[in-house]
Amino acid sequence: MTAESPVTTGERLTSGPAPALLRAALDAASEAVLLCDSADDTILMVNAAAQALVPAFAAGGSPFDGPLPGLAGALAAGDDSFTDVHAGRHLQGQRRALGADHYGWYLRDRTDEVARADALRAERARTAFLAEAGRRLSSSLHQGRCQRITAELAVAHLADAAMVVLPMNRRQAQWVRLVAGGSPEEGTLREQSLNQVPGLIEALGGFPPIPSKWLDPAQAPEWLFPANFGPIGALLVTPLPGNAEPAGALILARRGDNAQFGPEDEILARIFAARAGAAISAALLYREQVDTTAVLQADLLPPDLIQPDGIELVGSYQAAREAMRIGGDFYDVFGPTDNSPDTVIALGDVCGKGPEAAVLTGKVRQTLRALRLVDAPPEEMLRVLNKALLDSGRQHRFVTLVVGSVNRVEHGRVQLRLATGGHPAPLVLRADGRVEEVPVSGTLIGAVARTVVNPADIELAPGELCLLYSDGLTEARGGPADGEQFGEARLHDALAECRGLPAVATVERIRQLVSDWVHGGVRDDIAMLAVRAPARTQLSLRNGSRNASPFAIDARRTERRVRARS
Amino acid sequence: MSVPSAAPRRSYDTDGLVDEFLQLVGDGDEYGAVELITELHDSGVPAERLMIDVIGGAQTRVGELWAANEWSVAREHAATAISERALAALALRTNVKPTRGRVTIACVDGEWHALPTRMLAEMLRLDGWRVDFLGANVPGPHLISHLHQTGPDVVALSCMIATRLPRAHAAITACRTAGIPVIAGGRGFGPGGRYAQHLGADAWAAGAEEAVRRLAHNWPPHNQDPQLSAFLGDEEYTYVVRHRPELINTAMRQLTEAYPAMREYSQRQLDSTAEDMAHIVDFLAAALYVSETAIFTDFVAWTNEVLQARGVPAVALRVGLETVQAQLRDYPTAAAMLTAGMRLLNQ
Repeated sequence: MTAESPVTTGERLTSGPAPALLRAALDAASEAVLLCDSADDTILMVNAAAQALVPAFAAGGSPFDGPLPGLAGALAAGDDSFTDVHAGRHLQGQRRALGADHYGWYLRDRTDEVARADALRAERARTAFLAEAGRRLSSSLHQGRCQRITAELAVAHLADAAMVVLPMNRRQAQWVRLVAGGSPEEGTLREQSLNQVPGLIEALGGFPPIPSKWLDPAQAPEWLFPANFGPIGALLVTPLPGNAEPAGALILARRGDNAQFGPEDEILARIFAARAGAAISAALLYREQVDTTAVLQADLLPPDLIQPDGIELVGSYQAAREAMRIGGDFYDVFGPTDNSPDTVIALGDVCGKGPEAAVLTGKVRQTLRALRLVDAPPEEMLRVLNKALLDSGRQHRFVTLVVGSVNRVEHGRVQLRLATGGHPAPLVLRADGRVEEVPVSGTLIGAVARTVVNPADIELAPGELCLLYSDGLTEARGGPADGEQFGEARLHDALAECRGLPAVATVERIRQLVSDWVHGGVRDDIAMLAVRAPARTQLSLRNGSRNASPFAIDARRTERRVRARS
Repeated sequence: MSVPSAAPRRSYDTDGLVDEFLQLVGDGDEYGAVELITELHDSGVPAERLMIDVIGGAQTRVGELWAANEWSVAREHAATAISERALAALALRTNVKPTRGRVTIACVDGEWHALPTRMLAEMLRLDGWRVDFLGANVPGPHLISHLHQTGPDVVALSCMIATRLPRAHAAITACRTAGIPVIAGGRGFGPGGRYAQHLGADAWAAGAEEAVRRLAHNWPPHNQDPQLSAFLGDEEYTYVVRHRPELINTAMRQLTEAYPAMREYSQRQLDSTAEDMAHIVDFLAAALYVSETAIFTDFVAWTNEVLQARGVPAVALRVGLETVQAQLRDYPTAAAMLTAGMRLLNQ
């Protein structure tokens, strides 16, 4: 085409160019244009681009009758824009007035734009799904929860129903199943049932390492999903890859005749399965470690205390926060044997922290248990233990401890013989509220060949209590001003306040005071063991007189001291 | 309250029974208290009613008696220990097959009031939950490793005192990060559990019964990213917590200047005065953390009552507030909270 007129921008046409030229110019434009008459809305002209886009348009026709209902609707409503879909193309139109008598519709094909937006939206949804999957799957180290989270995520984003099957263990495979709108179910499958699900054995074996395509849903056994799920329209079985071996398989199902899993669904299921598999196998590893540690710790944790007749025994152990739940402090109680009616108690503190200290603790407790069987008195036990530790060649580790034998004598009294090896002396809370230190002394155990042990005998009247404790208690640093030790004076005061309390409440109260004192983390292990002669309220006061209460006086006493919340 | 028609030997009169049970636990009569509860259970009163109405009712009174200075701390503790035994005896007599999910129950780090949570544990067990009861004062890391090992469906977290709220927040966030929803309970979360929502808890219940009802339906709630919850603890909170020892020490020094009589105080009296100053600072910090002046003013009102019951003049608390405020002039929110507290005392 050649230019026949010197028309330049901004110049006004005085004597218009030939209509043929205008027509040619419009046909050459890439924008689709419909030129219309304002009076009766007839189409006066359709340019080449518009013709290509909507072949049904022709000059002389009316946009109302055309193939674009969107355009007709906009015209009827008097709108200046519309969108429509014609022959698979997304169209957008703008009306512009052209003088008083004419207007034009300018159409644009935005099919590619719409496709890009759709793809972006889908990609965003996938990213959001995978981000949520990552967050939720990484949150738990518990296998059952990981399984359930996997099923929940799959049902929320990938399928109408999902089943997570774990690898076979003792000829059984554990599963979790979820149907949209329902709640998770659990169960186990026998080996022979696995065969009935197409592709499941292969997926559990980790091969092929991608979702099995073209599974025939008709071949799925009826029990795979609940009866009310209805016929399965599409089925996808995906392996859950684990660390070294497969972590299980994910079965996805969609309802309906036209249901299918497209290639994008399969890719997404594969990426999701990789994350779920990693989470489930991490949980499996964690459980194995916890089980192993639990077996190893079993002998190192504080024991469940026996409850001999007529003696209250209460222990408490708080491990330092940063260490494991085992450490250098310990207590133990050995019940009466065939040869001896005494109960033997021990509480000690091994120097150091963490696993090494815990292992030595185990050795000390085992040695004491053996010594108890040969009826050695407390001071003798300490001497033998000292020798045994020195002979074991661990020169740099020593232990401080208190050992005592406890027995019940007449009138509800309790007798104790106590011996200490370099440990803080036990305290006795008397019935009148006095707190006494038991006069025992002795040297560290496991440090020097010659030990000096001076045992002591004490007797507890009903309601009186003897407290064995480790120095973590008195050396706990804190207080309102921070950095101050709890100290023996405060421990004495605290114990004195516990007059009349059962042993369990006394130990709990002291634990609480120290915990408040340190205002947060306990930095050292704290062990306590209390022996109490029960107060003599064995007969209920319910139907008799009420004068024996240890609190009868307490209740009337006014406490002048400013007291804070406890 | 309806009692099954198995001809109960005694009528079920809650108030009378609470009085009777209170008398027994207050006298340290464990045997009698346990006997009363087991007799009532034998006569057909449901275990839930005994737990909530009798044991729980008496426990509320124990707290009131302590606050009114009628009972000593020791008596309160002994009574609580016996209530726990009665609860345990009752629990031994009921055997319910778990039909619901698994729940972990714990008191927040530093929280020692375990009886209400033990009551909740038994109530949930009776409702068919499988219960792991971790007890008082559960440090956050212990709670979380327990969650990974047992995989519960819900954590019930108790906080009775507002000063533990920052730690409760840490525990709630950690539980929810581990993907486990949290139901909060206890006075510490404020009237109507107002602060529980701030701190990201999924639900709140006023008591054991309400918690049982809440967990029975529409549980679990929708899982939201816990990292999206509101940011708490601004710079004023940080300042107060960092300077806690200084704030308390300075307050003690100024108190001694204002009241030379304090020079004659025993270590024990000094300790408890310092403890009171520490409480002012700790409640202030909690109030700043949650941005709720009411946490602080409620504390002031409550402490005032407790101190008056013990014959301590109101002026002591006011001077405490003044000395702390004098150190926090540059911190407008904290200073305003202290002013609100002082205004309360002047009324």
